[in-house]
Amino acid sequence: MAEQELIRQGAEARVYITTIDGKQAIAKQRFSKGYRHAELDAKLTRGRLNQEARSLKRCREHGIRVPDVIRVDKDSATLFIEFVSGPTIKEWILASDNEAREKELMASIGQILHTMHSFNIVHGDLTTSNMILDSEGQVVLIDFGLSQVSFSAEDKAVDLYVLERAFISTHPNSERLFATVLESYDSSDEARSILKRLEDVRQRGRKRDMSG
Amino acid sequence: MEAGAPRAIIALGLEGSANKLGIGIVKHVYPSGIPGDAELSPEYVELANVRDTYNPPAGEGFLPRDVAAHHRSTIITLVRQAFEEANISHKDLDCICYTKGPGMGAPLQSVALVARTLAQVWGVPLVGVNHCVGHIEMGRAITGAQNPVVLYVSGGNTQVIAYSQQTYRIFGETLDIAIGNCLDRFARVLMLPNDPSPGYNIEQYAKRGSRYIELPYAVKGMDVSFSGILSFIEKLAKTNPDKYSPEDLCFSLQETMFAMLVEITERAMAHIGASEVLVVGGVGCNVRLQDMMGQMAKERSGKVFATDMRYCIDNGIMIAQAGALAFARGFATDIADSWVTQRFRTDQVHVDWRV
Repeated sequence: MAEQELIRQGAEARVYITTIDGKQAIAKQRFSKGYRHAELDAKLTRGRLNQEARSLKRCREHGIRVPDVIRVDKDSATLFIEFVSGPTIKEWILASDNEAREKELMASIGQILHTMHSFNIVHGDLTTSNMILDSEGQVVLIDFGLSQVSFSAEDKAVDLYVLERAFISTHPNSERLFATVLESYDSSDEARSILKRLEDVRQRGRKRDMSG
Repeated sequence: MEAGAPRAIIALGLEGSANKLGIGIVKHVYPSGIPGDAELSPEYVELANVRDTYNPPAGEGFLPRDVAAHHRSTIITLVRQAFEEANISHKDLDCICYTKGPGMGAPLQSVALVARTLAQVWGVPLVGVNHCVGHIEMGRAITGAQNPVVLYVSGGNTQVIAYSQQTYRIFGETLDIAIGNCLDRFARVLMLPNDPSPGYNIEQYAKRGSRYIELPYAVKGMDVSFSGILSFIEKLAKTNPDKYSPEDLCFSLQETMFAMLVEITERAMAHIGASEVLVVGGVGCNVRLQDMMGQMAKERSGKVFATDMRYCIDNGIMIAQAGALAFARGFATDIADSWVTQRFRTDQVHVDWRV
């Protein structure tokens, strides 16, 4: 195997840049967590490795821009995918002073999520760090380890709720940005019912009896 | 800055948002006065920390009216006991702190009424305190953790919190029921005693369990969901009591839910680049949870901070602790505003004693 350079040490995977067939690629190696019961750990590591590869392929089949899967190495729990260069949306927003372009990107994120959900793919960990702005100015979704195939409005609404919370905690005073994401998401009857469900999920969070 | 005259603040804290009634008295010493612009970190002197717990019979949860009746009948004795332990008079008090919320309505009201009355009879300012912020400030004071990611786990709360810009921001939380609620309800299914607490008894059973039974695992971003696990394991316990022992069920429930908590805590730590983690709230006493958190922190070259039952279970001194800090910054609650609220989010408090 070609030389690997560690670019990110995440909570459950090490991400390397490597070269495959003369092209730059990403190797994402999941490692086991010592704090977890061994059986649970093996199930999660294996399940997430497979699910990530499966969801990436499914997204690509439906024209959603995600890294191409090169191969999955089950023995080392490593996923090899296309290298996408560019800032994360988080980095981009923090550096941006271009409101019109921000709006454009948020609208594009809303459309992408709408398409993804319409094909029953739920990302499971949407944040502005899990989106890359590639060299062509397109938003690329990454990190599908917590994804699942789901037909339920609840799961899709929670997907949006997780992103909303990520916006609030990472980008203070960014309500208008997320509002634009939702406006552009709202483009079908199904989307409308998911947004209605999102209201329920939000209310549950705020109204929960928090005694004790 | 020129050093000012020494200043001390003595605060009484009254807590009764759930089934524990806690009375605490704390003394904060500022050797060179209260700094105007720096973070407040007074010397902490514990004068009293007493508690009385209402326990319903095994198989039953606690009802607000029964808890309120317990608090009403116990609070005067407990306040007296606290003053005896502290060996001070009410004339030494600078403020009376009470839990404004969140919590159960009737118990909160019964304690607030006493706080309000004492404040008026003794002519001492009143300070309404957010229960969750009380836990966080108590954990910081006892462990010395500087700027940790906080995992707050109790009967009514499951939150991953980090401080930023004078707010305790909630990064992750439960999407449905709290972890302690899930443990309590499962303890009822198994008819485990509520004394000293259902969670404690689950922990003892779990220590004797060894077989891992696969349960649903629901992490969504930095949030978790427990209701699916609860209904799944309730069904296992009820329909297959011969196949699954209570010990193995408790063991698997803890292993699964705690792994979820550690996972979202680690994710928050990675997200904000923190190396310290502080576990607070009643479920934070669980040694297995502390161990798992410690192992995670070690793998990241970080450190875990936890407290024992005196402080992680609801208590009065944590309310005094957070209240005395707010009071030092000039905060007081008018009698007219001394209401309580069942819903009071951690991120609604302006933490002006930190910078």
